[in-house]
Amino acid sequence: MKRHLVSAADLSRDDALLILDTAEELAQLSGRAVKKLPTLRGRTVVNLFFEDSTRTKTSFEVAEKRLSADVINFAAKGSSVSKGESLKDTALTLQAMGADAVVIRHHASGAPARLAQSDWLHGSVINAGDGTHEHPTQALLDAFTMRRHLNPGLGNDLSGRRITIVGDVLHSRVARSNVLLLKTLGAQVTFVAPPTLLPIGIDSWPCEVSYDLDATLAKTDALMMLRVQRERMNAAFFPTEREYSRRYGMHGGRLARLPQHAIVMHPGPMVRGMEITAEVADSPRCTAVEQVANGVSIRMAVLYLLLGGATLADTPSTNQSEAAK
Amino acid sequence: MSTYLIRNAQLLGGPAQDILIDGGVIRQIGAGLTAEAEVEIDATGLIALPGLVDLHTHLREPGREDAETVLTGTQAAAKGGYTAVHAMANTFPVADTAGVVEQVWRLGKESGYCDVQPVGAVTVGLEGKKLAELGAMHESAAGVRVFSDDGKCVDDAVIMRRALEYVKAFDGVVAQHAQEPRLTEGAQMNEGRVSGELGLGGWPAVAEEAIIARDVLLAAHVGSRLHVCHVSTAGSVEIIRWAKAKGWDVTAEVTPHHLLLTDELVRSYDPVYKVNPPLRTAEDVHALRKALADGTIDAVATDHAPHPAEDKDCEWAVAAMGMVGLETALSVVQQAMVDTGLLNWEGVADRMSHRPARIGRLVGHGRPVSVGEPANLVLFDPAYRGTVNPDSFATRSRNTPYRGLDLPGRVHATFLRGVATVLAGELVAPEELA
Repeated sequence: MKRHLVSAADLSRDDALLILDTAEELAQLSGRAVKKLPTLRGRTVVNLFFEDSTRTKTSFEVAEKRLSADVINFAAKGSSVSKGESLKDTALTLQAMGADAVVIRHHASGAPARLAQSDWLHGSVINAGDGTHEHPTQALLDAFTMRRHLNPGLGNDLSGRRITIVGDVLHSRVARSNVLLLKTLGAQVTFVAPPTLLPIGIDSWPCEVSYDLDATLAKTDALMMLRVQRERMNAAFFPTEREYSRRYGMHGGRLARLPQHAIVMHPGPMVRGMEITAEVADSPRCTAVEQVANGVSIRMAVLYLLLGGATLADTPSTNQSEAAK
Repeated sequence: MSTYLIRNAQLLGGPAQDILIDGGVIRQIGAGLTAEAEVEIDATGLIALPGLVDLHTHLREPGREDAETVLTGTQAAAKGGYTAVHAMANTFPVADTAGVVEQVWRLGKESGYCDVQPVGAVTVGLEGKKLAELGAMHESAAGVRVFSDDGKCVDDAVIMRRALEYVKAFDGVVAQHAQEPRLTEGAQMNEGRVSGELGLGGWPAVAEEAIIARDVLLAAHVGSRLHVCHVSTAGSVEIIRWAKAKGWDVTAEVTPHHLLLTDELVRSYDPVYKVNPPLRTAEDVHALRKALADGTIDAVATDHAPHPAEDKDCEWAVAAMGMVGLETALSVVQQAMVDTGLLNWEGVADRMSHRPARIGRLVGHGRPVSVGEPANLVLFDPAYRGTVNPDSFATRSRNTPYRGLDLPGRVHATFLRGVATVLAGELVAPEELA
């Protein structure tokens, strides 16, 4: 069984479906008056957040508490990290305190991979977003949300479903994890963005690429809007906010041109008026709030499967970072 | 000063011969020499190469003695078969005055393991704004002829033009670290397929190539000599090939690691592979090997860049850039160039001794192994097979990308002007360097 979740590429199809199915079961908890399970009683989970995060950190914390884990929040700000302590020493400290799992959010791409490959700590490492690299639990909750709408049922994947991801792919860890997981689950992914916001080498990714949002709307089962930070235009990635919105923003007119069954997703935080209008964000076809709820179930499932005795299918890693070692 | 009789060494392009070293020079070469010598060395199976010359070494002293000192760096150089190294200027303080280059030069003299030729900064503080006192550094005891802001690019075209022109007065050369700064803001690795997947800031090949293209044109325009540091891309090779075909006075170097390693290694996020310029693709490695073989690239230069453990034992983004290289350079070149049939040992001597000495205008280095020449030479065992173990290094730092890798060849002995600095693969004790 794998010990860590660093990349969506770590997950085989069976692993991914086991997580989604487990999350479905755990989701039923949230309807109960008492939402707690004793599964992780006595286990210590550290939320190690080097970067500001409200929703992801809260989501993990809720998931950990519902599984009865002892939760330690280790925010880099205000701790010894801000005084220059290295990632290594922080990890050694957490190891000495007996962390069974470390949920890490870090501004540097690859920091969770470093933790997982080092002998600095022995617990599980769960990537809660690293730089512009990956955010695998986000991809899992997105897939969970898509499956509920597009192919509901335990054991089902996303075969043949057409997923369009729009926005700042270059800087998006959500996009990277999604394309890897969605491929594993059989979906067809199309990225839509201005050419400046697509990484060099994207032609080798398992996806289609388009510069034209309007041309892809009709061929979409789920449309995922990525946040676009306003400061990107200062680095000449696009000319103005208005031009970006016109060419790549989601508004009511475009919503009407999506197939009837299609959903609009957003990993949050949304920049209303930039990549999405209020009309779309608040429409019943937008799943942004539902995704947040699903995030708790997915993170419970990941923690449960990594720490709780049940095993993820023990398949060889397809993660290239593992293969390169 | 001891006399040495080296028995049965393989000379370049000839049969095995005996070599007698006496008084700092090669006295006799021949079969079955009968001369008396204090030390006799059985060199059966060993190749006698001229002492290697490195155009690009970071010795870190003054300022970062936690990473390397002139003593430990020159010891590493001797173990790697080097008899002369060019010490880069990015120390603390920067080697941008006669005082600092003389200090480094004197430390080299005191070390005794390897000649140290200081490189002077092109601009004050490596800031690219104002020319350093290039003439004063040349006229100092250090006799500086190679000037470089290495680590930073002289990106201002006017400053670069003036530097190229100015050093003509004393046959100097500007060694450019070609890196367009705006195109590499936040850059962490080669920009390509791997950087896109890893979400690491991309360092496009064009950032190097655009500066090289500009500089060869500038050098041609003002009739100056240009040296290009650590060429890393296939496109750079094409530009240099074109400039040489025009007859312009342009030379170039490549590092051992760019001849062997690719950006695929970055997938591990292990900062031991973080280096400037970054590891590139297999196509680039192929082009660099070919260019070194055909002489488009003149020299192998190590860019030996020691860093303390804490600067590499961290996440990729904050790690220091650079690799140590002096003690593995010849083995890597054997693996990448000789064992692949691209270059013979005469070619290795040319690219690692003759031509770098010529570019640096060094006297007494890069000379053939023949009677009457200064006894700067290395005995190398190409049949040796071993695993790289950084704990055995003489350098103070351990940031090698070759840890645990099997590499061919080993330096058996190094002689600096007739004094053995390395014997039987081990450093000679400092008190015996006489």
